[in-house]
Amino acid sequence: MMTKWKEGRERRDDLIRRGAGVANGKVVESRNATALLEAVVKPGDRVCLEGDNQKQADLLARSLLAVDIAKVNNLHMVQSGVVLPEHLDLFERGVAKKLDYAYSGPQSARIASMLFGGKIELGAVHTYLELFARYFIDLTPNIALVAAVSADRDGNLYTGPNTEDTPTVVEATAFKDGIVIAQVNEVLDQVPRVDIPGDRVHFVVKADKPFFVEPLFTRDPAEITEAQILTAMLAIKGIYAPYGVRRLNHGIGFSTAAIELLLPTYGEKLGLKGRIATHFALNPHPALIPAIESGWVSQIHCFGSEVGMDDYIRARPDIYFTGADGSLRSNRALSQTAGLYACDMFIGSTLQIDLQGNSSTVTTSRIAGFGGAPNMGSDARGRRHPSAPWLQAGREADPDGSALLRRGRKLVVQIGETFGEKNVPQFVERLDALALAEKLKLDLAPVMIYGDDVTHIVTEEGIANLLLCRTANEREHAIRGVAGYTDVGRGRDKKMVEQLRERGVIRRPVDLGIDPLEVNRSMLAARSIKDLVHWSGGLYAPPSKFRNW
Amino acid sequence: MEDLVYRHQGLKRAAGAKALAIVGVVASGNLEVMAERQLPDSECLIEIRTAAVGFGDVWQAVVADFVERSSPGGVKFSINDGGARPDVVSLRLAQALRLMEG
Repeated sequence: MMTKWKEGRERRDDLIRRGAGVANGKVVESRNATALLEAVVKPGDRVCLEGDNQKQADLLARSLLAVDIAKVNNLHMVQSGVVLPEHLDLFERGVAKKLDYAYSGPQSARIASMLFGGKIELGAVHTYLELFARYFIDLTPNIALVAAVSADRDGNLYTGPNTEDTPTVVEATAFKDGIVIAQVNEVLDQVPRVDIPGDRVHFVVKADKPFFVEPLFTRDPAEITEAQILTAMLAIKGIYAPYGVRRLNHGIGFSTAAIELLLPTYGEKLGLKGRIATHFALNPHPALIPAIESGWVSQIHCFGSEVGMDDYIRARPDIYFTGADGSLRSNRALSQTAGLYACDMFIGSTLQIDLQGNSSTVTTSRIAGFGGAPNMGSDARGRRHPSAPWLQAGREADPDGSALLRRGRKLVVQIGETFGEKNVPQFVERLDALALAEKLKLDLAPVMIYGDDVTHIVTEEGIANLLLCRTANEREHAIRGVAGYTDVGRGRDKKMVEQLRERGVIRRPVDLGIDPLEVNRSMLAARSIKDLVHWSGGLYAPPSKFRNW
Repeated sequence: MEDLVYRHQGLKRAAGAKALAIVGVVASGNLEVMAERQLPDSECLIEIRTAAVGFGDVWQAVVADFVERSSPGGVKFSINDGGARPDVVSLRLAQALRLMEG
C-alpha cells in the first residue's frame, strides 16, 4: 500500500472548498461567520482564537460560541489570552473541552472556579514564548481565528499597531495545512501595509464593529503614592545607577511608572541621562513620554501597542519601530525574545513573595496566568554576549569564579510596597500558589518568578541584593530585612539583618543618601494624565476612562 | 479613635536648630506629624491619635525602629493619623526630623 504524504493538505483544500460556499472570494459577511466556522471546524480540532494580551478577535469568538454543537464540539483551545467572557462560555456550552493558555487577567476568578469545577480540561499554563514555541511542535493549531484592522480581497492583512501575536499564530497554522480566518474592521482595495501576506489567509470576515482592545499599560500618575516614589528612587539610585542598566524591560505597576516619571527629574539630578534606561523592550507606556521628550530614550521595541498612543508613536519613528505606513509595528514573540536575550534587567511587581524569593500572582481564588513576566524575569541560560551590568551581576554572585568562564546574570528585580492593595502583605511564609496546586492536583505550582532568578527585592524599607547572599539563611534574612512590618518582616533576627546591612546586602534609603523631603509627588515629571498629554504636545489621546477634564 | 504614647530615653540630640516642623495631612491613609524641640536632649516623646484602633503593636515597632535608626533626642512628635500604613508613617517621621535640621 502506498504511504500518503499529503493528507493534511488535501484536508485543508477540502475545507477551503466547503468554506467557499458562504464566501465571496475570500470575503465573508459577518452574519455568515458561524456558518463558515461550522463548515471548516471539526470536532476535537485545535483552535487558536486570538486571544492576545490586548486585541481580541471578539466577533469570531461570538460566532464560534453560536455554532451548532452537533457539528462543532470538544475543541482544544490553544490561545495566549483568555480575556473575553466568550472564551470561557465556549467551555460552558461544550464547544470547547481542553485549554492551553498563557494569560487570563480579566477572567482570573472565573477560570479558577471553572478549573475547580472540572468544566475545563487544563493542558498547561504557559508563558507567551512557551506557548508560541509549542505552536510549532505539539500544539499546532488546525484553525486560527485572528483579528486585523483591514484586509484586501486577496487576504493581505493590515494588523495596525496591535500586531501582537498574529504573525506567530498565522505562521504556525498556515504553513502546517491549517485554516486561517481573519476578522477585519474593513475590506479595502489596498491595505496601508501588509503585516500578513494574503496567501496565508483563507477567509476574511467583515466585522460590524472594530475589534476590542484593552488599555492595559496606562497608569495614571495622579495615583502614584509617596511610598511608590520612594521605591522608585531606591531602584534608580541603588540598582540602575551602580550597574549602569541601559537595556531593560519594565512591568506595568505603579512603582515602575514612578521610575519612568522620575527619570527626567531625579535621574537628571543624579547625572544619569544617557547612562541608564536608553533601550527598552516595552509596550508604549504613556508614563515614559516625559523621559522620551527629555531625550533619555534611544529606542523601544513593543509587544503590542497602547490605546491612545498611535499618533504620538507615528510622530516619533526614531524611537519606535514603525512600518512603511508610519504606524507602530509590534510583535509579541520577537519582543519577548528581545526581553529574554537582549535586556540586562527586568523590574516588575508581584502579589506574593516567599522566604526563598519565589513570587506569584496567584491567589486561591484567582489564576491570572503567566503572560510574559517569567520570560522577562528569568536568567537566559543560553545568553552568550557580555555587557557591563550582566558581568557585574555575575561577579557579585560568584566572586571567586574564573572571570572567563563565569556566567553573567540578568538583573531580575521585584519592586513593591511591603503592604499591597487593601493592606495585603506582599511577603508570605508560603505562596497561595502551593495551596492551589494541591487543590487542583497540578504537577507544578504556578510560580511567576523563581527565587533563584531574582537578584534584588526593593520595598520602601530598602533594597535586598540576593546576589550577595551565600546561604539560604542569609537569603531569608535579606528578604525579611526589607519586608517592613509584615509578619515576615517582624519575624527577622535584627542582629543578622544589621550584619547584612553592614555588608551592603541590605541598603536602606539613608544608606543611599535619599533625602526624605525629596520623596514627594512634586518630583514626578507628570502628575496627571493631562500632564502626559501636555508633554506629548497633544499627540497622546488618552481613552475616556482616564480623562477627568 | 485610639491614643498611644511612646517615650524613649538615652538618645543623642536631633541635628539642627529648628524648633517646629509640620509635615503631611490628616486624610484617609495619611497622617500629620508635628515635631517640637521642647524636651531634654536625651529624650523623645511620640504621641499618637489614630483613627485605626487595635494596631498598637505595629505602632510600637514602627516608633522603636525610627528612634533606633535616627536618634531624635529632644523632640516631641504629635501624630494625627488617618489610618496610614506603616511605610507612610516611617516616611513622615523621617521627613519631620529632616525638616528640623533646617
